[in-house]
Amino acid sequence: MVFWISAILIGIGVYGLLTQKNLFKQLISLSIIDTAVNIFIIAVGYVDNGKAPIYSKAVPKFMEGAFVDPLPQALVLTAIVIGVGVLALGASLLVKVKEKHSSIDVENMKGVGE
Amino acid sequence: MRRFYAILIAAALVYMLISFISTVPSYGKADLKERVSDAFLSKSVNAQNAKAWLEGKAIHRQPAKEIYGKKVKEEGSANVVTSIVVNYRSFDTLGEVTVLFTAALGVSLILGGSRRKQYGREANFVLKTSTGILVPLIIMFGAYIFVHGHLTPGGGFPGGTIIAMASLLLYLSDEKFFLSKASTGALEGSMGGTYVIIGLLGLAIGGYFLYNFLPNGVVGNLVSAGIVPLVYVAIGLKVGAELSGLVTDLHSEKEG
Repeated sequence: MVFWISAILIGIGVYGLLTQKNLFKQLISLSIIDTAVNIFIIAVGYVDNGKAPIYSKAVPKFMEGAFVDPLPQALVLTAIVIGVGVLALGASLLVKVKEKHSSIDVENMKGVGE
Repeated sequence: MRRFYAILIAAALVYMLISFISTVPSYGKADLKERVSDAFLSKSVNAQNAKAWLEGKAIHRQPAKEIYGKKVKEEGSANVVTSIVVNYRSFDTLGEVTVLFTAALGVSLILGGSRRKQYGREANFVLKTSTGILVPLIIMFGAYIFVHGHLTPGGGFPGGTIIAMASLLLYLSDEKFFLSKASTGALEGSMGGTYVIIGLLGLAIGGYFLYNFLPNGVVGNLVSAGIVPLVYVAIGLKVGAELSGLVTDLHSEKEG
């Protein structure tokens, strides 16, 4: 079920990339695809009734099936941080585009060759 | 017409992805015995037979064992995600920190300036007063998150982001507030250097880069897990300074 959500989110992101003329909306579409992939990776590691992989007084023992898979969570931690970096860099490029061409809409940009 | 083709392409992609879903284990039925995760969870990676893993023969069953409150030789953090991120795969995290640094450097090259951008509007009284109360609390909460990274959910990256949000609040509430590039840059550079120095100390003492050369202690104590809390404190301060610098770049303009 969660896999379906992530596949549909990727579809929404691709649709946004193909149709939107506003560059910021395209950046957000990329961000949606990023989130969809993260959801998919986390969902691959889910175990029914598994706890978060943290040892505590409530779950002091290692047992089979007690915890969800920690490795996808560690990988997604990396992916989220890099997603933030990409989003910040893209947004700052858009600020420059807006300053130079007076618009971030592909059709209204001034001084761009046909 | 273009929207129609876009819907067609997106639908084809979604159909392709959904047809791949049958190749992964169904949701909630992941079998950790077939994965390396079981070894990470039971903290017995060193006991694995690497050759059998490479040949795909190893299906290993780890016996149930008590971990919380015990001394574990291999790895001492209660949060298994942290133990992967900062201990087993610490070299990856060093690369991740470098990627974030590159992104912040790019933003500062594109937008950075030496003067605060003036918007010409005064902040609301409520915002101004509450900032004075909230900023110390937010910084304390961020510090709590990264100091307890090996015991509770969280760690250096979320903690650093929370600290950067404190500086964003200061920027929003005060038109004159400006963090100099020297202060954020100095903190960021020294903390990034600390991470590499901890790694090189491991190389000198244990023979491996980022080797955990401090005693592991008891799982669940604040002072445990060797170098993991030190590395997470360094990452937390570095990410906090880095994102504060990024917020500064967004609110600054070039001279003249």
